[in-house]
Amino acid sequence: MTTQTQSRMGATMNAPSALPAVPVKMQARDVKVFYGAKQALKGINLDIQENRVMALIGPSGCGKSTFLRCLNRMNDTIENCRVEGRLTIDGDDIYGRDIDPVQLRARVGMVFQKPNPFPKSIYDNIAYGPRIHGMASHRDEMDEVVQKSLQRAGLWNEVKDRLREPGTGLSGGQQQRLCIARAIAVSPDVILMDEPCSALDPIATAHIEELIDELRENYTIVIVTHNMQQAARVSQKTAFFHLGDMVECDDTEEIFTNPRDERTQGYITGRYG
Amino acid sequence: MTNEHIVRSFAQELQRLSNLITQMGGVAEAQVGSAIKAVARRDVALAAQVMQADTRLDEYEREIDTETIRLLALRQPMAQDLREIVSALKIASDLERIGDYAANVAKRSLALAQVPVVRPTAGIPRMGRLVEEILKDVLDAFIERDVEKAIGAWRRDEELDDLYTSLFREVLTYMMEDPRNITPCTHLLFMAKNLERIGDHATNIAETIHFLVVGGPLIMDRPKGDDSSFAVVQPDQTAP
Repeated sequence: MTTQTQSRMGATMNAPSALPAVPVKMQARDVKVFYGAKQALKGINLDIQENRVMALIGPSGCGKSTFLRCLNRMNDTIENCRVEGRLTIDGDDIYGRDIDPVQLRARVGMVFQKPNPFPKSIYDNIAYGPRIHGMASHRDEMDEVVQKSLQRAGLWNEVKDRLREPGTGLSGGQQQRLCIARAIAVSPDVILMDEPCSALDPIATAHIEELIDELRENYTIVIVTHNMQQAARVSQKTAFFHLGDMVECDDTEEIFTNPRDERTQGYITGRYG
Repeated sequence: MTNEHIVRSFAQELQRLSNLITQMGGVAEAQVGSAIKAVARRDVALAAQVMQADTRLDEYEREIDTETIRLLALRQPMAQDLREIVSALKIASDLERIGDYAANVAKRSLALAQVPVVRPTAGIPRMGRLVEEILKDVLDAFIERDVEKAIGAWRRDEELDDLYTSLFREVLTYMMEDPRNITPCTHLLFMAKNLERIGDHATNIAETIHFLVVGGPLIMDRPKGDDSSFAVVQPDQTAP
């Protein structure tokens, strides 16, 4: 990392604050991503704090989803995709040789835009991950994992009497919470969410947002959203991406009341960019 | 990057809000000017006019309140837009109070006009000129989004406080000299207090302009010049 990027980080990340420093869970240093010859990310530096919600915002094609997918190596599956720079979780290099992507994705779970439950029962949707990771040896243990995950996802009371019914039979909002429960079931540290509410109505959205707020106690959350109000409501930190650069990262409050960069201001207030 | 909203109707609504503040500011400025003139010239008709016209400022404030609440609800503004709207709400409330004080000065001028002139009356136009200048600067600063001008006006409030303190002492002295002065002098005291308060609201507006443009509060030490709260005038000081 160059001194220049270091000083830029210092300016944006370490805003003067009387509060004790929050530990950094994941860290990106000069992360560049190429799809073939096309460069999608141009050297991202970002600290993701533990037990905080970080919102990634920016216009379509700015690289925010690409960045999110780097965090659990989802880009590995895309042909011609090349990732440079350093990405760490608890100081471990995510792209290190000794890291198993499957294990990594258990530590860094993901929830997608469209709820995508497996064509299985509600119970098996949750039990699938713990089973392949060998996390429960007895039936009782698995029951407990399923119940706890559904409880944490705020879905238990709605589904406890129909655990054997297919997950696809739930409403959209319930399905999304099922997917969150499924991500939680393998005890991740970090949960990535890519537009988790864009297919949901305002009530289902409110449930997910309330859930995100609760999950923050136990997990670190990174959420990509096009909904500015949602970013403002759920996150403590917001990073604005533009044309493959991370333009500005600051306390969410600051970004939405007094952004430093003209481009951020233009984007969030809906002006020509 | 241009400063144009993609949604033009939003830009137009913000502009309209800003225009409303400018117009309301103009009315408040005129009210203060006329009230002071009414005192200086013992012009009862003008005073009555000022008292009546105060309702216009109330109407402006209501309109701005409605408009800001509508914009907050329908547009969910962010960043600069949010600051514009919140600032409009605050400035309208300050201007409305300024109008109330001007109307009260006008009202007291009616009582003052019924008794012989007392000398400290001359202090009111003197304070008034300064108040008008500060208010004008603050309103210009709003229109031009000029933080420096706003801070300049904000600093001048100290001069106003000094004038108020000295007028306060002068008025107390006159009261002690002759009890017949008490009626007009009490009115003068309240008038001076009103003008001093108008200055304070003008400094509030200056601070709001700072927030609007810079995005943060104006944190600076402005020496407080209003020492009238500590003023004690003893009878023996007034003896010839």
